[in-house]
Amino acid sequence: MDTTAQLNPTTEQPLAPAPRLTLSGISKSFPGVRALHDVSLSLYPGQVTALVGENGAGKSTLVKIMTGIYQPDAGTISIDGQPVTLPSAHAAFGHGITAIHQETVLFDDLTVAENIFLGHAPRSRFGTIDWRTMRKQAREVLDTMRAGHIDADARLKDLGIANKHLVAVARAMSIDAQIVIMDEPTAALSLKEIEELFLLVEFLKSEGKAILFISHKFDEIYRIADRYTVFRDGEMVGEGLIKDAGQSQIVRMMVGRAVDHIFPQRKAEIGAPVLTVSGLSHPTEFDDIGFELHRGEILGFYGLVGAGRSEVMQAISGITRTSSGTITLEGKAIMPKSAADSIDAGIVYVPEERGKQGVVIGLPIFQNISLPSLKRTSKSGMLRLAEEFALARSYTERLDLRASSLSQDVGTLSGGNQQKIVIAKWLATAPKVIILDEPTKGIDIGSKAAVHGFMAELVAQGLSVIMVSSELPEILGMSDRVVVMREGRIASVYDNKGLDAETLVRTAAGIAA
Amino acid sequence: MTDTPAPRHIPDRLDKPFNSAIFSWEALLVAVAVAIFAVNSFASPYFLDAWSLSDLTFNFTEKALIALAMALLIISGEIDLSVAAIIALASTVMGMAVQAGAGTPVLVAIGILVGLGCGAFNGLLVTRLGLPSIVVTIGTMSLFRGIAFIILGDQAYKGYPPSFAFFGQGYVWWVVSFELALFLVAAAIYWFLLHRTSFGRRVFAIGNNPVAAQFSGVRVGRIKFILFCLTGLMAGIASVLITSRLGSTRPSIAQGYELEVITMVVLGGVSILGGAGSILGVVLAAFIMGLVTFGLGLLNVPGIVMSIFIGLLLIIVIALPILWRRVRRERFT
Repeated sequence: MDTTAQLNPTTEQPLAPAPRLTLSGISKSFPGVRALHDVSLSLYPGQVTALVGENGAGKSTLVKIMTGIYQPDAGTISIDGQPVTLPSAHAAFGHGITAIHQETVLFDDLTVAENIFLGHAPRSRFGTIDWRTMRKQAREVLDTMRAGHIDADARLKDLGIANKHLVAVARAMSIDAQIVIMDEPTAALSLKEIEELFLLVEFLKSEGKAILFISHKFDEIYRIADRYTVFRDGEMVGEGLIKDAGQSQIVRMMVGRAVDHIFPQRKAEIGAPVLTVSGLSHPTEFDDIGFELHRGEILGFYGLVGAGRSEVMQAISGITRTSSGTITLEGKAIMPKSAADSIDAGIVYVPEERGKQGVVIGLPIFQNISLPSLKRTSKSGMLRLAEEFALARSYTERLDLRASSLSQDVGTLSGGNQQKIVIAKWLATAPKVIILDEPTKGIDIGSKAAVHGFMAELVAQGLSVIMVSSELPEILGMSDRVVVMREGRIASVYDNKGLDAETLVRTAAGIAA
Repeated sequence: MTDTPAPRHIPDRLDKPFNSAIFSWEALLVAVAVAIFAVNSFASPYFLDAWSLSDLTFNFTEKALIALAMALLIISGEIDLSVAAIIALASTVMGMAVQAGAGTPVLVAIGILVGLGCGAFNGLLVTRLGLPSIVVTIGTMSLFRGIAFIILGDQAYKGYPPSFAFFGQGYVWWVVSFELALFLVAAAIYWFLLHRTSFGRRVFAIGNNPVAAQFSGVRVGRIKFILFCLTGLMAGIASVLITSRLGSTRPSIAQGYELEVITMVVLGGVSILGGAGSILGVVLAAFIMGLVTFGLGLLNVPGIVMSIFIGLLLIIVIALPILWRRVRRERFT
C-alpha cells in the first residue's frame, strides 16, 4: 500500500499518487495519416499501466514520442510535474525513460556488461573504461533483479530472448530509469519465460518504477496491470483502474467505432470449392492448417500480428516451403516450389510489404505490372511493348490509378497508388485465387475504397479471394467467412452473418467468451 | 505531379524519345569520344590513319567482349572479379592441349568450355550457397590463376598452330579485324538480349529489387546462374583471342584486366549498385577506353601512368553518377 495515498484521503482516487509522467493533448500526423489526436496518458510510480488498442490505433507512435524518436505536433510531456521536451532518444534516456521492445534493440556482438553500460560506462582515472568496475556493477545490477544466472561477460547473441529482455531491464536499472516502457515484451517468449518476466515486472513495481505495458493478451493485462488506457484510431477512448473494468468492456472500447467507411454491397454467389488446403505444417511458423476456399468467395484471415497468417499464405504461394500437408486447386494437387510455379498454377500472393516485396522501385509502372505476366506479353522470349502497355492500361484504369504516364517510375507514386500497382500486377496474371495480405495497410481512405470496390468486382467475376487483414472493419465489411488464427493454428472459422468484432478479438487473443 | 486530378486515360509516356535521348549518359559519352578523338588527331600526326585506328581497336575488343556480359551481371546486382584469372586458366589449358597435339578447332572449343565451366562454378557458389559474389570471385580469382601458375611456373607455352593465329591477328575485311567484327556482332546480340527480351527485363527487375522479383515469379537464382555462365563464356572467348594474338601463354596473361572491364561497364553508365544500364553505353565506353589508352601510347606515356589513369577513371565514373543524382535530388525536392 502506498503511504502517501493514506495521508491524503480527500483525493478521488485514493490509490493514485502524483503521476510520474504525464502526456497531455498529444497529436501527431504523418503525410495523409493522423496517427494520434489529442491523447493523454499518465504513468504512476509503482504501478503498471496497460495500453491496449488494435493494430494502427497509435500505440507505437506514442512509444516513439515517449522515447524521443518522434516529435509531437502538439501537446505537452511532463515528468514529476515539470514540462520537458524529448528532442532525441538520448534526451529521453537522460530523463530516465527506457523502452523494452518486442525485439530488443541491444547489440548482439557486445557483452552483457557492455550492453548494460553502453554510453555511461564507469571511467578510470585516465578516462578509459574501467572494465573491472563495469563488470562488478553489471553483476550487482543483475543480482538485485534476481537474474544472477546471466554471465556479465557473455555475448548478447548467445542469450535467449527472455534473457535479452532481462539485460534491457538491467540497462534501465543501471541508469536508474524511473519510467519503463514494455512494448509487447511477451510476444516471443515461452510460458515459463513469461512467468519470469512477470516476476521482474513485480520487482520493478516494488522499486517504484512507472511502467507502461503494451500487450494484446488480456490474461497478461489482468495479471499484472493496475490501470488501463484504451486507444482507438489515434484517440484515447477510455482509461481507469483495471479492477473496475471487465474484459468485454475493454474489448468494446477497442473496437466500437463509428463506421466512417462504406463497404461495397455485393450479392454473394458462392460456388464450389476452388482451393483446398489440409494439414499444412511448417517446422516453426504454423501447424495443421486446413480450410476451403470457394469460387466467388472472400475468405478473411484475422489474427494478432505473429499468428502465422502471412507465413501460411507464403507457403501456399510457393515462396516458403512446408514440412507437410496438401494443397488442391480445382481438384488437382499442387506443390509450388517457387512463386513462379504458383503463378503458373493460378494462385497469386499480393504481399504485405509493398516497398520490399511488392513493387520494383526503379522500373516504370508498365514494367512493374507486366513482370509476373512476361510469359504472356512476350512472344518466344521477345518483349512486345504494345502488349505490355495495353495490359498495364487496362488494369490501372480499372483501379483508378493516378499517374502522369505509364512510364513513370513507381517510386514517384503515393503509397495508395503503389498499392494499386501491386494489386494490378498480380491480377494481370489472370489468377484463379488471389491472396491479399493487408491490402489496405497504410493507405489513404480514397485508395482503400478503390481497393475494396475492386475486390467486390473480382469475386463477382468468379475469382476467389483470401484477404489477410488486421483491421476489423475491413474483415467484417468484406469477408464471406472469417478464419481466425492464433499462435500458428486455426482457432476458429466463422460465417460472417451477425458476426461481431468482439468475438473475433476474443478468439484471436484466446479469451473464453 | 504524381497525383494529378483523375486523368482517366494515362498516356504511355510523356517525354518525346528524342528529348530523353539527348540528355542521356550515352549522349555524354558520344561527346566525350568525339572530344578525345579530336585531341588525339591534333596531338599525333600518326593517329588519323585507317591502320592506326584499326590497331586501336585491339586495345579494347577482348576486354569489351567480357564487359558485355559483365554489364548484365552488374545490372543484376552481382559482380565477377575472376574474369582475368579465367582467361589465364583457359589459356593454360589450351597450351596443355597444344603440347598434346590438339588442332585449332579443339583449342577454340577448350578455351570456350573452360571459361564456361569457371563461370558455372562461380554461379553455383553464389546462387546455391548464397555467398556474396564479390567474395566468391575474389576467391576464385586466386584459385584460377593459382592453378595456371602451378601448371606453368615460370614457363610459357608456345607452338600454337598457324591457323590458330587468325582469331587474334586476322582481318575479315580491309582494316576490320576478326576481333572487332566479333565484338560488334556480340554487342548486337547482348543489346538484343538485355533490351528486347523478357530475360533482359527480368535482369533489370532483379537488380532493382530481388525480393519483389522473386515474389513476382522471376526465377532469380536461375537467371543469376545463367549470367555467371555467360560472363565465364565471354572470358573463355577473350582467352582464345588473346592467346591467338600473343601466340603464347604465360600464367601472368591478362593480369589486371578485371578492373579495366569493370571500369568500362561503369563508365558505360551501368549502376554499380545494380538495376540500371545499357549496352550502347558499354560499347561507347569501350571505344573511349581504347581511344584514351591508344592516345596515351602514341604520346609515349609509360604503362604505369596508364594504370594510374585507369584507377582514377574508375573512381570518377563511379562517383560521378552518384554525385549527379544527389545534386538533382537536392534541386528538385
